[in-house]
Amino acid sequence: MRRSRLPSALFVLLIVLAVFWATKAAASEWAGTDEQAEEVISELNPDYEPWFSPVWEPPSGEIESLLFSLQAAVGAFVLGYVIGRFKGKEHAPA
Amino acid sequence: MHIMEGFLPPGWCAFWYVFALPVVAYGAYKAKKRVEGDPSAKPLLAVAAAFVFLLSALKLPSVTGSCSHPTGTGVAVVLFGPSITAFLSSIVLLFQALLLAHGGITTLGANTASMGIIGPLCGWLVYLALKDRTRLEVSVFSAAAVADLMTYVVTSFQLALAFPGESLLRTAAIFMGIFAVTQVPLAIAEGVLAAYLMRYLVKYVALPTPREVVA
Repeated sequence: MRRSRLPSALFVLLIVLAVFWATKAAASEWAGTDEQAEEVISELNPDYEPWFSPVWEPPSGEIESLLFSLQAAVGAFVLGYVIGRFKGKEHAPA
Repeated sequence: MHIMEGFLPPGWCAFWYVFALPVVAYGAYKAKKRVEGDPSAKPLLAVAAAFVFLLSALKLPSVTGSCSHPTGTGVAVVLFGPSITAFLSSIVLLFQALLLAHGGITTLGANTASMGIIGPLCGWLVYLALKDRTRLEVSVFSAAAVADLMTYVVTSFQLALAFPGESLLRTAAIFMGIFAVTQVPLAIAEGVLAAYLMRYLVKYVALPTPREVVA
């Protein structure tokens, strides 16, 4: 058990370090790649106007991150549920 | 990240819809048949979809000073093959387009083509090439990392085709400098996660063989 926990611990540590390093490197804006692509498109084609806008947008960044967390939570819940079931079956009486 | 709403000219939107729709429809049909024929495939299908949901919600900082998110399609393509992966990805992309203003309805076809079809297809080919030669972890890692990275190489070309500027290749290189370079560390992280998940799954479930996946 101890051996198998090490990689997960390393992975969490890696994420923490990445976020820490991200906040330290103030020179970058940490914008999304989609936003950067948008800038390139308007540089290459100054006349291009997006011809369609999203049908609904989250009213604020907070609500947007709520919905993203919800998406991750749904995924994590299903993953945990199914894996738990698989594992539980091993110990269940036949 | 996906191509934003309205940022592909209508002609290209239509083109990618025509490209993606038959694959997604076939994937939906195959997923249904698979679950009917083998009810034990249902929880595995849920795991594959959940992995896409979870990973594609995580926007992570990368070495380029910008953020992107992994795709999570590697596990799905190893377990179920490219067409079912296309179907699962299109569900996630639709969710994000409607509720998160991430990606878009007009660009859904193009984003499904990159994240759901061409990227995972490349990953799948890598998996097939490696699976008898290396350990499961290595082949799954490679498949997931390649599927993730190729998704954004395709995105770069989709944008370059629509906005070629002076030279198609030079523009593609610019977009790849944004999408693909940012993606490299994320693709590696995704590969590691996918390999762990698969190693865990083979411990408890009999995985479908690639022959079953194709049939």
